[in-house]
Amino acid sequence: MKNRITDVFASGKKNILSVYYTAGFPTLNSTVAIAEALEKGGADIIEIGIPYSDPVADGPTIQESNKIALDNGINLPMILEQVKTIRKTVKLPIILMGYVNPVIQYGIEKFAKDASAAGVDGVILPDLPMDAFLEEYKPVFDAVNLSNTFLISPTTSEERIRRIDAVTEGFIYAVSASSITGAKADFAGPQLQYFDKLKQMKLKNPFLIGFGISNNATFATASSYGAGAIVGSAFINVLKASTNISADAQAFATSLKTKA
Amino acid sequence: MKYTVNEKGYYGKFGGAFIPEMLYPNVEELRTRYLDIIYEAGFQKEFQKLLRDYVGRPTPLYLAKRLSEKYNTNIYLKREDLCHTGAHKVNNTIGQILLARRLGKQKIIAETGAGQHGVATATVCALMGMECVVYMGKIDMERQRPNVERMRILGATVVPALSGSMTLKDATNEAMRHWINNPTDTHYIIGSVVGPHPYPDMVARFQSVISEEMKKQLQEEIGNPFPDYVFACVGGGSNAAGAFYHFLNDEHVTLVAAEAAGHGVDSGESAATTALGKPGVLHGSKTILMQTDDGQVVEPYSISAGLDYPGIGPQHAHLFDVGRAKFVSITDEEAMNAGIELSRSEGIIPAIESAHALAAMNKFTFEKDDVVVVNLSGRGDKDLETYIRWGKY
Ligand SMILES: Cc1ncc(COP(=O)(O)O)c(C=O)c1O
Repeated sequence: MKNRITDVFASGKKNILSVYYTAGFPTLNSTVAIAEALEKGGADIIEIGIPYSDPVADGPTIQESNKIALDNGINLPMILEQVKTIRKTVKLPIILMGYVNPVIQYGIEKFAKDASAAGVDGVILPDLPMDAFLEEYKPVFDAVNLSNTFLISPTTSEERIRRIDAVTEGFIYAVSASSITGAKADFAGPQLQYFDKLKQMKLKNPFLIGFGISNNATFATASSYGAGAIVGSAFINVLKASTNISADAQAFATSLKTKA
Repeated sequence: MKYTVNEKGYYGKFGGAFIPEMLYPNVEELRTRYLDIIYEAGFQKEFQKLLRDYVGRPTPLYLAKRLSEKYNTNIYLKREDLCHTGAHKVNNTIGQILLARRLGKQKIIAETGAGQHGVATATVCALMGMECVVYMGKIDMERQRPNVERMRILGATVVPALSGSMTLKDATNEAMRHWINNPTDTHYIIGSVVGPHPYPDMVARFQSVISEEMKKQLQEEIGNPFPDYVFACVGGGSNAAGAFYHFLNDEHVTLVAAEAAGHGVDSGESAATTALGKPGVLHGSKTILMQTDDGQVVEPYSISAGLDYPGIGPQHAHLFDVGRAKFVSITDEEAMNAGIELSRSEGIIPAIESAHALAAMNKFTFEKDDVVVVNLSGRGDKDLETYIRWGKY
């Protein structure tokens, strides 16, 4: 598979910054401006969240952004339209991240085709199990060059990590702790040991560390183990407090990428 | 036709384990070990003894004479309302806490709607000296206050779920989040036949004692283990799964599942899942659920907190799909009337959930010699305030 995601990793780039935000938050149409600002600020991958009513893997921050986005009236067809608009200017890889039920209702094949046509490069569906993915989704995603990213966590066995690595084309999403999403101040010792174990495993795919990345320091630490890191809740908090979304989104990406 | 789970965790099109990777090790541990653990002789001995001496099983199968006269048939009530803690829920919590101990877990979490599962969980945690946290929607905490205090008296911590509709679905989300955050020392006692495989099958097995006893009792009472009908209400579906379990392959037994229609199936305030839902994924399994065209889960409504859930267990979705069980929708009003009817004719005030099963009999015409079993899943003590507010008695 070759798409913008595999290209980014093939380029040998370090400190890859992937930024998550929720489509339709804080306002229905802020999705496009945020993507443009993140690219200007130096982000490497954009992860756009498909809001869901029951986001079980998310903490209070992303639960709230999901709820506000849904109240704003966003839905998957609108998100795909927004991605089309983003693609007129933005060159970065775009990943859609969400729960599997809205994708099932949209139709798996139609989703893959429409997402790819809109300019989406990859998908992260945390509640889609590997077996179901391999049976029902992989052939459909492969046909349109959509990467699928699986999560692993500190409790994932080495054997399972290797299985996930074998069926992944793109990158692996290493959840930093046994937890739901949410910004945290720092990493603890066992987390660093886990990152180190992953590094030593010499997987065929690169991994990005996510959950709990909140600032320049945690981003730098995470990036020293993996190919880079993913930041979500901390960015949602910035958007929530912002009065100038574009300027603040750009500044946020830049601040994470600037060496402390 | 096969109605039980297959080796992949599916019932026909429904089931599976749609969970975030963070929960995979826990659920996988359960999946690989639950059958060995629960059918091990020592486990069975302890489980059966507690069901007998602590829960009070077997529960009676009672011929409701005056109710039978009204319907001009033979109506038996399976008296799960006489279980310790007042509902069938305890059959499952006893089983799961014994399992949790064998898995080496120290802490228990649960979700609850009506509070019956929360009380049943808090009860077995007190019994085993284990720490207990119960998530309950804020709205449900208000409408089922006595059960909140019962849990607290039993030593449990009750945490209000403040997200979404603040009812059972949201309490379940919060419990799953708690489990993600505490994966190693905690067992999640799910209260119904919902959730990722193996939960629906495991809970059904623990509840299957209901139909096992029914068969024996019918054999003794009428010389034939098979009724013509079994009625049960369906929230997630655990009492129904237990009441249907040993009759699934006996196609001459009509299985009836009563869903809560709230103010009416088309009123916009309903929890009639099969009438209003479509296939989708909720709380870890593919099932039928109430949702928008965009796949957002719809907030259900029922006067009965225990039925106020937008999905049903995957086995029920399958039974509905293939037509093995008949699903009927019962409004608040029909259920309340049936609850009062049973109180007046038999001296038994049923839980409002169970009243839905009673009301479902009105949708059928029985023969004089039919044998009808209604699973009376719980008693009405917890619902007194709702009965009083309803007022028409
Ligand atoms: C008395 C009673 N019956 C039925 C239910 C619904 O649950 P289920 O459908 O799992 O039996 C509840 C749930 O709280 C209950 O308390």
